[in-house]
Amino acid sequence: MDTIFALSSGQPPAGIGVIRMTGPKVRAALEAIVGKVPEPRRATRAMFRNVSRETLDDGLVVFFPGPKSVTGEDLAEFHCHGGRAVIAAVENSLAEIDGCRRAEPGEFTRRAFANGRIDLSEAEGLADLLSAETEIQRRSAMAMMGGALSQKVERWREDLLQLSAQVEAVLDFDDEDDVAALPEAFDQSLAALYSSLLEALDAPYAETLREGFRVALAGPPNAGKSTLFNALVESEAAITADIAGTTRDILTQSVAISGVPFTFVDMAGLREEGGDQIESIGIARAHEEIARADLVLWLGPEGEGPEGSWEIAAQVDRDGSTKSAADLRVSAVTGEGMAQLRSALLQEARAAMPQPGSAALNARQRERLREAELSLKSAQQESDPLLIAENLRRTRQAFDALVGRTSTEDVLDALFGRFCIGK
Amino acid sequence: MQQFDVIVVGGGHAGAEAAAASARAGARTALVTFDVRAVGAMSCNPAIGGLGKGHLVREVDAFDGLLGRAADAGAIHYRMLNRSKGSAVQGPRVQADRKRFRAAVQAMLATQDNLHIIAGEAAALILRNDRVEGIRLADGSEMFGKVVVLCTGTFLGGTLFRGEERFEGGRIGENAAKKLAEQLRGADMPMARLKTGTPPRLDGRTIDWACLEEQPSDADEWTMSPLTERRMNPQVFCAITRTNAKSHEIIAQNLHRSPMFTGAIGAAGPRYCPSIEDKIHRFADRDAHQVFLEPEGLDTHLVYPNGISTSLPVDVQEAMLRTMAGLENVVMEVPGYAVEYDHIDPRALGADLQLKAIPGLYCAGQINGTTGYEEAAAQGLIAGLNAACKILDRAPPAIDRANSYMAVMVDDLTLHGVSEPYRMLTARAEYRLRLRANNATTRLTPLALKVGAVGAERADWFARREDERSTWNTDLEKTVAATDMANAGLAVKRDAGRKTLKEWLTLPDLRMADLSPWLSTNCDPFSPLAEELTEDAAYAPYLARQEAELRDLRSSEGLELAVDFPFAEVPGLSNEMVERLSAAQPRNLAAAGRIRGITPAALAALLVHAKRRNQAA
Repeated sequence: MDTIFALSSGQPPAGIGVIRMTGPKVRAALEAIVGKVPEPRRATRAMFRNVSRETLDDGLVVFFPGPKSVTGEDLAEFHCHGGRAVIAAVENSLAEIDGCRRAEPGEFTRRAFANGRIDLSEAEGLADLLSAETEIQRRSAMAMMGGALSQKVERWREDLLQLSAQVEAVLDFDDEDDVAALPEAFDQSLAALYSSLLEALDAPYAETLREGFRVALAGPPNAGKSTLFNALVESEAAITADIAGTTRDILTQSVAISGVPFTFVDMAGLREEGGDQIESIGIARAHEEIARADLVLWLGPEGEGPEGSWEIAAQVDRDGSTKSAADLRVSAVTGEGMAQLRSALLQEARAAMPQPGSAALNARQRERLREAELSLKSAQQESDPLLIAENLRRTRQAFDALVGRTSTEDVLDALFGRFCIGK
Repeated sequence: MQQFDVIVVGGGHAGAEAAAASARAGARTALVTFDVRAVGAMSCNPAIGGLGKGHLVREVDAFDGLLGRAADAGAIHYRMLNRSKGSAVQGPRVQADRKRFRAAVQAMLATQDNLHIIAGEAAALILRNDRVEGIRLADGSEMFGKVVVLCTGTFLGGTLFRGEERFEGGRIGENAAKKLAEQLRGADMPMARLKTGTPPRLDGRTIDWACLEEQPSDADEWTMSPLTERRMNPQVFCAITRTNAKSHEIIAQNLHRSPMFTGAIGAAGPRYCPSIEDKIHRFADRDAHQVFLEPEGLDTHLVYPNGISTSLPVDVQEAMLRTMAGLENVVMEVPGYAVEYDHIDPRALGADLQLKAIPGLYCAGQINGTTGYEEAAAQGLIAGLNAACKILDRAPPAIDRANSYMAVMVDDLTLHGVSEPYRMLTARAEYRLRLRANNATTRLTPLALKVGAVGAERADWFARREDERSTWNTDLEKTVAATDMANAGLAVKRDAGRKTLKEWLTLPDLRMADLSPWLSTNCDPFSPLAEELTEDAAYAPYLARQEAELRDLRSSEGLELAVDFPFAEVPGLSNEMVERLSAAQPRNLAAAGRIRGITPAALAALLVHAKRRNQAA
């Protein structure tokens, strides 16, 4: 097996650069670069040198011997200064060691998973953690990686086993006089488990967390969407001008407001006629975006916006807005009402997002849980204990698939394709 | 010197079935037993079948085995257990006249081609280079066989216990296979002890039947084997009595005289069939236990009290019996006893029930840690067929967890081992909905035909049945409009459109007989085949959903783990996981996933490592 390494801190230049390395040649690499294998799990100052014994940097190394490392193998971290040249030099020296190479995307976590250090949902949590950009994303991912979902599923699974045992007793010990029928509490326990599943399914989705709360700005051309968009993302990302139809394509920008991730979407103005072919395509895309958004800010004529959208009286600085019952009145130019808009958005987004520290489900996990939910629902509707038992068994299957007890290759591939390099 | 293809040691249910199956398949077979008159004896209760067990009877029968037909030949009481529940868990069970059952087994063996029954004690295996080459009898004579099937039941190192008394033997009044046990233990086989027990036998003439609740035989004319055209014997009833506070007191006061509690018997007994002293001890809060009084035959007065297996001293057994309603003046003819015997850790066996360490040596029945006639017979069939297939160079029958209880049992045994005598339960089969007792023929007879294990009579019968089935299948594909159904007076919504008869059949209120107007005249809607097709339709949505699951299973089964797979070398597996995996030696990833206590993370590690190894190989 190869020994792999990658820069696991952010792109240089940065204050420091952390290069992680895992595999059988870690000790050899430590010998080669810093001349010794340091005491395990202790940050040790060392001079980094290349094969020609030229000094590359003065840094820290930490050595984690396997199998009690995150990957289950020997693992080392090289903390060097974060300039591009230094990092490149250390990486090149590592690459020259026989049997060492740069890691593929997701390869570190794949090794941790392959070495039995983490289960599937924990691995998914780690993937989320690595792409977490805001504080609440990070906390949710931490919960998942810490096994919050696995533990929850394990508790469900135990409840389910109890239920199954009761049904099986009825099925297999028909002649014994004390297990002739299902106990009264059976239906209640089944219903309790079911509602616990429903609750988990109703909880906000992990995607919202990962992709940000999606806010689309919609309205007819020249309604001030791009100006408001720029104000919200606090940049000049969208070109603004007084010419109707300036924004033809979709423009998205992700920002964090008070640690909550948002994605703002600016789009073509909606109009029935006029404009060219390109603009019509832009309008079609705008409609798709409106459908996809978690929230639409409607800047057009009152009452004509999509259902559930917020009536925004924009450009209040200009002619005095004409909206009689606007949800919010703002001027992106003067900043009037912007603080109220941000705070309203924040409140809305927080409600739609997983609670910090809870294990939010992603699409794959939700699908499995949905299967479990459907089977449990059928179990409640059946009166034949045989079919109740079959539905409980199917529920158990879905739980197993959820945490990877029956892991199939495609799940793994889909999962590990998501990782960025080196984590 | 005598030369055979297959030598079967033991004439119980496993041995008889193994010998018959091997001979049916065409191997020259010998059955060696202490006492040829005891072949086919029912050592314990005079009943065949039950929940899970009835499935095994039908499966053995579908392979043209002896058990189902012998049960019918002896049956004096038929009872379909779980009748009120879904058909997949209904368990056919009969009370069988011991003498008639045994006679039927012996008669079938006597007319079987390729089969020789030989009286003698198998004293030792003849081994050369860790391969078995035959057996040596106690009289010093030798028999050579290409393979040997051990079906020693409780006779291997058997010891009987009754109160303070000890006897050597496998059944009361019969010898134990002591020398063979010593040889196997000496050969470093993974051996252990298990325990089972039997209740006293009563004189039925001294039971006051009038005061007891009667259990009549089922009125409908079902049989164990579809080849049995009608019931052969007069039907008798069973009766139910109960233990009570007085009986419990007597038992509790004498627990210290039971070898189970004195420590004389260290081995585990079956949780599913505990002795009465065990029941009283473990379920102290229960004030009564059911006891079924089952006649042992038509021309014997012996009665078997099912539910009070015991190894208490004789005087205590008698006193306890007489506390129960109807048994106040009962005469005990034979006291109950416990038997402790040697068994092999079945994890030492392959899926063909052959010992991995000694090629050519197969084991079936209680020697593998199971309990029950049906479990024994099914293993005998599998071992006998696999042994014959090996010699005749045929592919063994393709049974798996999705097509038979037999395979479920063998997989459980060889993967998990046993900590108590293994008894079949429907809960053990995850694909239970497709493994019904009444579709065993459909599931398995084609496989049996393929390995050449089916006699002419059943082959003819099956061919006729297949013709019938194809008529049915054509008929059930006919489409009928909802209005026509409604006009015929059926509870169908008029706007439900056109559907095939098969689809109509999925409606819970429609029976096959309701569809008669659209069926061919030769399709009897009350035939067993019609019943099977009705159930197929009812379970169809569930079976369809299982398909995806089965595909996953097959793909995990495709990832094979070599016999000597080094689990300890899989990076990151904890010692506990390595121990569990090494003990079970799963043959593939699917089997690894079935091992108790294996964590998802460990399974993933195994998956990745095994893939890597297989690619490297």
